[in-house]
Amino acid sequence: MNRFIIALAAGFGILATAPAQAQTPNTLLNVSYDISRELYAEINVAFAKQWKAKTGQDVTINQSHNGSSRQARSILEGLEADVVTFNQVTDVQVLYDRGKLIPADWAKRLPNNSSPYYSLPAFLVRAGNPKGIKDWDDLVKPGVQVIFPNPKTSGNARYTYLAAYAFAKNKYGADKADDFIKKLFANVPVFDTGGRAATTTFVERGTGDVLITFEAETSSIRDLAGKDKYEVVVPPTSVLAEFPVTVVDKYADKHGTKALATAYLEFLYSPEGQDIEAKGYNRVTDKTVMAKYKDKFPEVKLYRVEDEFGGWDKLNAEHLNPGAKLDTLFGGK
Amino acid sequence: MPSPTSERAHTEWMVTPVGAGPVTRRVVLGIVAILTLLFLIAPLALIFSSALSQGIGTFFNSLTEPGTQHAILLTVTTALIAVPINIVFGLAAAWTVTKFVFPGRTLLISLIELPYSISPIVAGVAYIFVYGSQGLFGPLIEAMGIKVMFALPAIVLASMFVTAPFVARELIPLMQVQGTDEEEAAVTLGASGFATFLRVTLPNVRWAVLYGAILCNARVMGEFGAVSVVSGNIRGQTTTLPLQIELLYQDYNVAGAFAAATVLTAVALLTIVIKVALERISPDHAQAAARPPGH
Repeated sequence: MNRFIIALAAGFGILATAPAQAQTPNTLLNVSYDISRELYAEINVAFAKQWKAKTGQDVTINQSHNGSSRQARSILEGLEADVVTFNQVTDVQVLYDRGKLIPADWAKRLPNNSSPYYSLPAFLVRAGNPKGIKDWDDLVKPGVQVIFPNPKTSGNARYTYLAAYAFAKNKYGADKADDFIKKLFANVPVFDTGGRAATTTFVERGTGDVLITFEAETSSIRDLAGKDKYEVVVPPTSVLAEFPVTVVDKYADKHGTKALATAYLEFLYSPEGQDIEAKGYNRVTDKTVMAKYKDKFPEVKLYRVEDEFGGWDKLNAEHLNPGAKLDTLFGGK
Repeated sequence: MPSPTSERAHTEWMVTPVGAGPVTRRVVLGIVAILTLLFLIAPLALIFSSALSQGIGTFFNSLTEPGTQHAILLTVTTALIAVPINIVFGLAAAWTVTKFVFPGRTLLISLIELPYSISPIVAGVAYIFVYGSQGLFGPLIEAMGIKVMFALPAIVLASMFVTAPFVARELIPLMQVQGTDEEEAAVTLGASGFATFLRVTLPNVRWAVLYGAILCNARVMGEFGAVSVVSGNIRGQTTTLPLQIELLYQDYNVAGAFAAATVLTAVALLTIVIKVALERISPDHAQAAARPPGH
């Protein structure tokens, strides 16, 4: 108790002396998912330039990256994000469900369910594809080591789960899908908490035969490390991964940054924003931009959460909530 | 806690015939030497060589990069706040448990040492449950317009929790050995409680305080787990040096990460040097510290 009182007193003492870290209206905090650093580093520069040209105001955009569920949790606990740019609808929705930080209809505020770009889980294999991995089937073969992060903490990995489940359901029937997922999980030697850590496991530590992550990430790693080391395999089917963005109204109002935050998110839909996103291997809806980069994006059949799993609410209740199917299948990992 | 006295004791123990002949001794020494080389010296050498792998220019550019500069500044600020508070706490705690006898004293000593055995991430999560927006006091603190979580105060609090026992742990055995005779004499001669503390107790333990403070400082600067949970990881805002190292590493900026790591490593090496120097200055303290508490 002694310690606690001292800690408390100290806490307030610090606050009295430390400069308030209040945000000025020309500063934004974008809290984002783990592997979007390079993308937003580029977006921020382009947006700042455009904003300066338009308003004459200098703007600073701060970044925070981590597993998107962990980020959502931090925002609920007081991380004052002006905007979130996540890789999973659930992690934005929770900001309404558990904190009322955003309105219930947040997804309708921007086009395409507030998702400026989209991607899909794809495979990154070692050069020459020695295990011959072409489709989801190949991942459950004995002796294949699969790397993706923990689906309980990473939105990225949850899409991998959904893509694998949708594949198995459509190919073998719903009653066989559970078994398929169990076999898949059994082939994963280590579950990291975020996408970037899983990448490190695969690339730096050389563990595993295939890394499953968003197509954008698989392609960037291949470019960075060299085509002689890795190959990208886009499976014939996958799941549409939306990247929802929204202004966090409660904090943006508090900071007086709502107009700036909204302009920032709208920039993601502008031709210039879409070009940067597509250049980073994210699929976009702007037809001109997609035509320009069509070589980067192989044909793939994408299942939608709405059609395949009956929407996010149903998906959460049946699969993702604590105690639901994912927990059962993930078991004691 | 290594100290000249305990090392001597170990050497004596090694030559006494407990079945350890010269061959065994050499084998054991060899194993220790190899393990030290593999697990301590090789990684240390690697940090410096990797940091300098792209030339001294890149090394200094990495260190002066704004994100890393801010991380260094934030880490130093945190230490400047957390260490003095923990010195005061350590002194108060050690004074309480060694100069007074009261029920629950042993329990209090154990409680003071709790942060040693608790995983830092537990401390971080616990702070979220207390000060977070959805935590125990979070809403109240927010209503007062104060920001604790995901800002400097949370980083300082988490660091303080993890390092709370460092000073007390150095002081308690020493103050136990010293007993209360001198304080009793001072009080008999008419000194006030505060004067007794300032002029009798404090001079007796000054080296131990410094010693504890140095260790405390090294740990505050290096703390990762607890700080990682409460910092919010805002680049250039709430990333301390250890977090910045991870961040640079995950950005595939290996040279930058190792350059930042050299700063922490330098702090650690400096800590060892000061520690050894203090042990030379204050053999009393080294003897007392070598004994487990409560003896």
